[in-house]
Amino acid sequence: MTRALTLIRRRLVGSVFVLLIVITGTFLLLEAAPGDAVDAYIVSTGGDAGMIELLRHRWGLDQSELTRLANYLWALLHLDLGQSVTFSRPIRDVILERLPNTLLLMVSATALSFGLGSALGIYAGARPGSFRDRFLSIGSLALYAVPGFWLGLVLIVVFAVDLRWLPIGGIESLASDKTGLARAADIAVHLVLPVSALGFIYLALYLRMMRAGMAEAWRQDFVLAARARGLSRRRIVLAHVARNALLPLITMLGLQSAQMLGGSVVVESVFSVPGLGRLAQEAVASRDTPLLLGIILVSAVLVIVINLLVDIAYAFLDPRVGASEAGA
Amino acid sequence: MSGFTISRRKMLAGSAMLLASTAMQISGWAQTPKKGGRLVLAADSEPRNLNPAIVASNGVFFISSKIVETLAEASFDGKDGLAPRLALSWEGAPDGLSVTFKLRDGVKWHDGKPFTSADVAFSALQIWKPLQNLGRTVFKDLAAVETPDDLTAIFKFAKPTPFQLIRNALPALSSVVPKHIYEVGKIEDNPANNAPIGTGPFKFGEYKAGQYYRLTKNTDYWGKDEPYLDEIIYQVLPDRTSAASALEAEEIQLAAFSAVPLADLDRISKVPGLKVISKGYEGLTYQLVVEINHRRKELADVKVRQAIAHAIDKDFVVKTVFLGYAATATGPVPKNDPQFYTADVPTYPFDVAKANALLDEAGYKKGPDGKRFTLKLLPAPYFNETKQFGDYLRQALAAIGIDAELVNNDSAAHIKAVYTDHAFDLAVGPPVFRGDPAISTTILVQSGIPDGVPFSNQGGYKNDALDALIARASETLDTSARTDLYKEFQKEVAADLPLINVAEWSFISVARDTVGNIANNPRWAVSNWADTYLAG
Repeated sequence: MTRALTLIRRRLVGSVFVLLIVITGTFLLLEAAPGDAVDAYIVSTGGDAGMIELLRHRWGLDQSELTRLANYLWALLHLDLGQSVTFSRPIRDVILERLPNTLLLMVSATALSFGLGSALGIYAGARPGSFRDRFLSIGSLALYAVPGFWLGLVLIVVFAVDLRWLPIGGIESLASDKTGLARAADIAVHLVLPVSALGFIYLALYLRMMRAGMAEAWRQDFVLAARARGLSRRRIVLAHVARNALLPLITMLGLQSAQMLGGSVVVESVFSVPGLGRLAQEAVASRDTPLLLGIILVSAVLVIVINLLVDIAYAFLDPRVGASEAGA
Repeated sequence: MSGFTISRRKMLAGSAMLLASTAMQISGWAQTPKKGGRLVLAADSEPRNLNPAIVASNGVFFISSKIVETLAEASFDGKDGLAPRLALSWEGAPDGLSVTFKLRDGVKWHDGKPFTSADVAFSALQIWKPLQNLGRTVFKDLAAVETPDDLTAIFKFAKPTPFQLIRNALPALSSVVPKHIYEVGKIEDNPANNAPIGTGPFKFGEYKAGQYYRLTKNTDYWGKDEPYLDEIIYQVLPDRTSAASALEAEEIQLAAFSAVPLADLDRISKVPGLKVISKGYEGLTYQLVVEINHRRKELADVKVRQAIAHAIDKDFVVKTVFLGYAATATGPVPKNDPQFYTADVPTYPFDVAKANALLDEAGYKKGPDGKRFTLKLLPAPYFNETKQFGDYLRQALAAIGIDAELVNNDSAAHIKAVYTDHAFDLAVGPPVFRGDPAISTTILVQSGIPDGVPFSNQGGYKNDALDALIARASETLDTSARTDLYKEFQKEVAADLPLINVAEWSFISVARDTVGNIANNPRWAVSNWADTYLAG
């Protein structure tokens, strides 16, 4: 337990600096983009000079960039994410409303790509060079090469429009007043297509990694020793080869979480899922700087936490890592 | 009135269209409006402020017009193109200093309080004039609103204001909100801006960000037996392809405002149970315009502007970019406007040879590489069609030796580049014609507008004769004299080309056959839908 605590403490200190850099960088990038929130707003309304000036003042855009950044950081220090100019609501509420949907999508898609990917990887890696190995490798690579939005659209056309097995989008039925288990089942049905679109793309990564790791492990002495002891092939594959190939996959899991967040922007748009990715896209289009900063901040925290969990898991799975960390 | 169904094929066939529409008419009559049901339709954007008295824009009206009503609505057959809503009659004084509205009796707000002239006075003076994007211009001289009794509101103007303008502004600018809700606190921060309270056939139900808006039936509505529908659900579908899929999957019954892209209409019109309707948007005409920066010395020469106008094949643009769902333009007022349009203006038929000759005459000979000069071209990104026309214009200009460099921005960046920074030579814009040239059309060519005002003359164009004409029209009270001045205005703009009007278009609805009473007024998508129903 102390090993984990040391790790957490060290990571937390580092994270603060990472977050500061992320926030300032995002702020400056967004300021460099031409046009501000008022420019984005008047696209749909028009308006005279007086109205535009009034809006800039109301939204605090008549202050200098540095003042606004300083104000933002100062509020953040008090755990206040500020007010969204386009939603006219506290940013915390806007984000909390969407975060669960994105988390649900990400966790499900990760479980799908990791679970199915590593299982298929074991299946393929159990007999390297066989037909099923080649078939799965090529198939998964083809999936990896497919753009996410295209896969999403094809899934919609086949399963929602033609077969009508599944809803075309959304996170749950509209205004259905469902509660409890019925609601959970409703959400699960709505998640099938977006989770598949997001999960199948990353499946190849885990599959290939698992397979490569197993090919490597087959050549190790302990496999030879296991064979010499007369263990069944099944036991050798699962307990010796696959287990050793699993470790790099855990690392990948952490790295992948950040990419998943990026991929969710596309999938959330195609499937009309009200999540953080879509919100981020809207925040950029409407130049809602504080909202985008809030989303980036939450995403950064999410990635940091996931990586921390991965490191802790790693320390438990591989005693060698824990030893060196504790010793350092 | 029944739905008026047009598929592209029928429209091109022409004679077949007449037959088809007659057939629809017959089946339409056979259907009697039915009560009840939930109408689910696509919404592609989520307006943050739903108060149409503050934000007079189609995106807000699309949802709010069912909740908050205006004094009058546009109509195909009503007098002056209007039908009464909260006002029963309107009368302008000959001196242009007052307009008297007689209001509807027995109307209640959604919270049960009675609607009176005090609400109209409050909305006009406290919201339309000081806060509303369009009202700030039209009602700028409104000095007071007298309320001699609960059902009479007399608008008093400090300067003579043409009654024709006020009348034409009613459908878009006169949303009435309740005084008793808005007189407490700051109007901009009122919670009712996000959950509007009105007099309309539907009440605001709930809004789930990123998912849907739900409107429910107002059982106390003033219209006899109206509304027919129990509920309206706007499903938020941000992706451009989702609306078509959702219609096919029968998850939604209606997609308005061209939520189904033009390219998909041919296919979707053949899906059994779906109809494509191009009627019901006559009062919401968008104009495809080439905006010109007259600060560029080449473009300050009228011959160069005429050459560019001759280089554009408007018929080709209508056929290819708009797939036939548009009309070619002759000037700054669209052809479908019943009051002001005149065809008697200088025209610029497609003629590449003439365009080349004009440029030679202007002194911009082709260089050894075949190019005369280079221009920066910024197509507005708001519509697919404005972007596609940008691509076309680049090719059309290449044919006359002008090298156009395309600059693509997102909406906010485009607005800033064109209207604040003036960092363009040519831009493609979609201004809206709002039923009267004084609302948002003359501003496109008038001089003296401060930097940063969007959809206005930011090209540095100054024409004293035209400015004088605009000023005179804005003070002319007599309707026919005023109309004549705007006809002259169209001639002058078409002659001097401060900008080039290429085409006029509006939106397309796709609906299931069961949706009744679609498109029965010129602003149908943004009207109150009290008589919309779902059959069987």
